[in-house]
Amino acid sequence: MRFVDEYRDAGMARALAARIAGLCEPGRAYKFMEVCGGHTHTIYKHGLEDYLPEGISLVHGPGCPVCVIPMGRVDDAIAIAAQPGVIMATFGDMMRVPGGNGSFLDAMARGADVRMVYSPLDALKIARDNPDKRVVFLAIGFETTAPSTAMTIMRAASEGIANFSVFCNHVTIIPAIKAILDSPGLRLDGFIGPGHVSTVIGCRPYEFIPGEYGKPIVVAGFEPLDVLQAVHRNLLQLAEGRAEVENEYGRVVPWNGNPKALAVINEVMELRPHFEWRGLGFISDSALCLRERYAEFDAERIFQVPGARVADPKACQCGEVLKGVLKPWECKVFGTACTPETPIGTCMVSSEGACAAYYNFGRFSRDRVKEATRT
Amino acid sequence: MNREELVLERIERARRSRPRLREELVTLAHGAGGKASRTLVEAVFLPSFRNPHLEPLADGAVLDLHPGTAPPDGEAPDGGAQNGGGLDGEAAHGRAPDGVSLDVGEPVGGGAGGPATTGGLAFTTDSYVVTPLFFPGGDIGDLAVNGTVNDLAMCGARPAHLSAAFIIEEGFPVEHLRRIATTMAGAARAAGVTIVTGDTKVVQRGKADGCYITTAGVGMVPSGVRLGADAVRPGDAVIVSGPIGEHGVTVMLARGRLDIEAELVSDTAPLNGLTARLLEACPDGRVRCLRDATRGGVATVLNEIARSSEVAVIITEEAVPVRPVVRGACELLGIDPLYVACEGRMVAVVAGESADAALAALRSHPLGEEAAVVGRVAEDPPGLVLLKTGFGGTRIVDVLVGDPLPRIC
Repeated sequence: MRFVDEYRDAGMARALAARIAGLCEPGRAYKFMEVCGGHTHTIYKHGLEDYLPEGISLVHGPGCPVCVIPMGRVDDAIAIAAQPGVIMATFGDMMRVPGGNGSFLDAMARGADVRMVYSPLDALKIARDNPDKRVVFLAIGFETTAPSTAMTIMRAASEGIANFSVFCNHVTIIPAIKAILDSPGLRLDGFIGPGHVSTVIGCRPYEFIPGEYGKPIVVAGFEPLDVLQAVHRNLLQLAEGRAEVENEYGRVVPWNGNPKALAVINEVMELRPHFEWRGLGFISDSALCLRERYAEFDAERIFQVPGARVADPKACQCGEVLKGVLKPWECKVFGTACTPETPIGTCMVSSEGACAAYYNFGRFSRDRVKEATRT
Repeated sequence: MNREELVLERIERARRSRPRLREELVTLAHGAGGKASRTLVEAVFLPSFRNPHLEPLADGAVLDLHPGTAPPDGEAPDGGAQNGGGLDGEAAHGRAPDGVSLDVGEPVGGGAGGPATTGGLAFTTDSYVVTPLFFPGGDIGDLAVNGTVNDLAMCGARPAHLSAAFIIEEGFPVEHLRRIATTMAGAARAAGVTIVTGDTKVVQRGKADGCYITTAGVGMVPSGVRLGADAVRPGDAVIVSGPIGEHGVTVMLARGRLDIEAELVSDTAPLNGLTARLLEACPDGRVRCLRDATRGGVATVLNEIARSSEVAVIITEEAVPVRPVVRGACELLGIDPLYVACEGRMVAVVAGESADAALAALRSHPLGEEAAVVGRVAEDPPGLVLLKTGFGGTRIVDVLVGDPLPRIC
């Protein structure tokens, strides 16, 4: 398949792996964080760690939109969905996310009308087709998906669709990276920068990472060779004593991002003073809400929601996993009490969650499997 | 053993313990064919119905109709022909499929049942709730016949007779019903089976989605055939009978919500011709296990085999036949073709030394022209399905919790 296979070429991977191995100082341990859950998924899905020398470990970051939604917000969304005459529309990934009192799947079994959509425009269509219902789109995601939510709201406004609203949970990536860099106990050598978010925000916003923290960051695509290449370019910077923002994903990410998309976000949304992130706690200026002029489409203003802060279950260590302090399997409940069937934490739900990726794809001893797959 | 390996072992133990059903209400995940479905069956139905035939939870049961255990008048239990009306024709009434004329000379192996079978009457049932009812390459009628024929074929049986029960929503066009019946007749003819009994029920508008069909089927397993997910051994070869994922993707696209256009038709087909040819080419237990890769796809089937036989199944991604259009659609949707349902493809595990003969036999049949050896069975690590990725890495292929594409069969 064109535009896919060339980025999954095993021969090129082997060549790149040899160069990576050559750049590693003997005895030195390197830690690179892939910020984005999409990268985590790629790493496990393609078995990329098989190519990395022992000294390099990849630390999974907070860039999984489903994973960072706090339980209280899930409960609020379910409370809206449970109101009479409401159709809640959201992405499939949200269906199994546990709130304080079950997930959307459970709410559906109790009678809530929750529809899985692929785009906010699908939700708008549901609103158009069901004028007697109130249709709420549960919006999640970083700057990647915020423009399409904003566009949809603008369209709803121009078409005068009054039975449509958005429960906005959009977050912004830069404050999360800052929080990671400021969190004690985590020593990182560099970053694999998020690809999709950067198509919107560009590469400039990352300049503080080398500038203030002296760490390299390489914005990367989502094919396995992209990720391997990002590791290589991080190592190259370290070897040459540089710390810069580099763009490995030039085929998609413009250095200055997408000004039109940013303008659309800015038209419809503004920063919230603070927002709770699962595991990371409250972070200032880290999330988006609808501007006053679009208040009629703001589900938070239309519906009464509990708005309560719900503490994560005590056993759940999603926070540590999201910050990269713990590897998924180091969590106390990983794989025993918390599994994809009965998730306790969000990291076990989304396909981009570090725990789900490790559980579904990487749950084996590499040494034993090397033996078994030898042909 | 390092700390990670200790954790992995703890997880394996947790996975082997019987899962508890925690939900108070049934959710869609319970119908998706993955882990949640199994939990529901094991927690609710198995304890009530428990018997050696049911216990393996295989595609069908193979019954030993010894004198004394067969129903006295030769009528199949719950023969469906008592309610009158609908399809319950006089001709079918009281004449159980094949009745007492069945050749059941050879006893079933092992009193404890087990999925392995050695001759006898294969019996299976399945319900069909696909939406949309009509899709490129077939309709719900094809699935209802082929699905049950295939379940019998996977037991090693020669499918003979089917029942068909319809639950129809008030207001459903008779024209559609005619179309479905015509399809079913054609599919039955193609598979060499007859539909000998049935039932119809009509429910109020809104209480069903158009039309649901349940079929059951019986067929004879030739003596000497012993198939089972627990009969697989290290060194065996894993074969897939053709390109995977076409049915699931076709139905998904037929819903028209994705704005993806692709030239693709469902792979729905009866596999009994293919299995007969394979069993003939590789006799005497050299075919270990057959499974049609329906709900949950090839990945789910391989996991069942790895778990039941306590072996590792090692698959090479590049060897798995997937048409570019299916790969492309799956790539866009973010799903793995290994989990997408087929309705006319099977996984066959055969003795390693018989791999070439099996492949030749399958490829000699129109439905198996693109059959391929996709992997092999190893001893360690038991219970796991491993994939050597096209990229050159290794990963696990696990059972999904829910189906990525609901209501496709």
